Amino acid sequence: MLNLDPVILFFLLGAFAGLARAELRLPAAIYDFVSTLLLLAIGLKGGVELARAGEGVPALELTALLALGFGLPLPAFLAARYLGRLSRPDAASLAAHYGSVSVGTFAVLIGHLATQGIAYEARAPVWVVVLEVPAILAGILLARGLGANVAWKPLLRELLLGRSIVLLLGGLAIGWLSGPDGTASIQPLFFGLFKGILALFLLEMGLIAATQLGSLRRNAVFLVLFGVLMPLFGAVVGALLGRALGLSVGGITVLATLAASASYIAAPTAMRTAVPEANPALSLTASLAVTFPFNIIVGIPLYQRLASAIAAF
Amino acid sequence: MQQYPRRMVTIVTEAVLERALIAELEALGVRGFTITDARGKGSRGTRQSDWGQAGNIRVEVICDPALADRIADRVRERFYDHYAMILFMQDVGVLRSDKF
Repeated sequence: MLNLDPVILFFLLGAFAGLARAELRLPAAIYDFVSTLLLLAIGLKGGVELARAGEGVPALELTALLALGFGLPLPAFLAARYLGRLSRPDAASLAAHYGSVSVGTFAVLIGHLATQGIAYEARAPVWVVVLEVPAILAGILLARGLGANVAWKPLLRELLLGRSIVLLLGGLAIGWLSGPDGTASIQPLFFGLFKGILALFLLEMGLIAATQLGSLRRNAVFLVLFGVLMPLFGAVVGALLGRALGLSVGGITVLATLAASASYIAAPTAMRTAVPEANPALSLTASLAVTFPFNIIVGIPLYQRLASAIAAF
Repeated sequence: MQQYPRRMVTIVTEAVLERALIAELEALGVRGFTITDARGKGSRGTRQSDWGQAGNIRVEVICDPALADRIADRVRERFYDHYAMILFMQDVGVLRSDKF
């Protein structure tokens, strides 16, 4: 039996409509609105749970996550450069995308874990924030080398004040300050409608992924292989790190999924400005048209099993 | 009605460049500009405007011919190699000469 979450079916509907060139297009404002709602909802949920549990974020964990973010691009770069024979800027850009994380994938994961009734650490949205930027910096260094002539200041400003970070941290702060009772009045919108909003978001993502699939021409075989194998590698690394940090099974699943996911918002924009000679279509196609669908359809259930196996080990 | 001759420079390029491009224009002494979202097709493929990331923008500047040439030189030097960008100019007439 096909045991797919309905939100995944929305993604498939969007992908089908995109591939068939159906007369279906959501205005840009809808995508912005829906993704804003998702980011705020994820942040708020984490903040409320943090306030309820009174837990903090251990410094060792933060350090380990930063190391993961900086480290993950290196094997990705080597694979892209020497197995995929990509140019150095292209390989570095691809590595930055795969080291960084996808909030969309995280949103699908949260919906999945909620449906399955699996608990995870309330501070998980903080992991997303911590993992987003380091890989992008690592990718720029891989492309340019140390002592590179990069305008770091405006770049860092743009990265740290990016939409996802501002909204996730803002939501976390509001949820934490207001607590479960204070947020009761806004919970119907952000928590009650979460899966519905996610469904709309995935419909649009399906359309975008299908459009992007059109640019999969050169290096197609390598990009598809990389787009599937790199997430699997990342998931194993993330799961092992989660186990070493003593996370719950849900937490290990989250970390494995985050390490498996590839950025398609922060990384493309940053790499376009910092490493303009890299071909933007290459990384975006692998990330959006191969890895995102793979992760939400096949990956998440797989990473959940991986997490249970590693936690029991 | 008296009209004063000016040049209109139109730049169509990737939306991610907006900030960098505006900074360049202002550094050159441009006093005003108009930006619109755009979509279309060119040598670097089709660009949709329905997803902010991959969209195009069209920037229009009205100024005197000397500044228009400086804009063209600067923009070509800085962005032409790696970004999807076209630039063209045309003569226009304006009613308020002090404004442009």
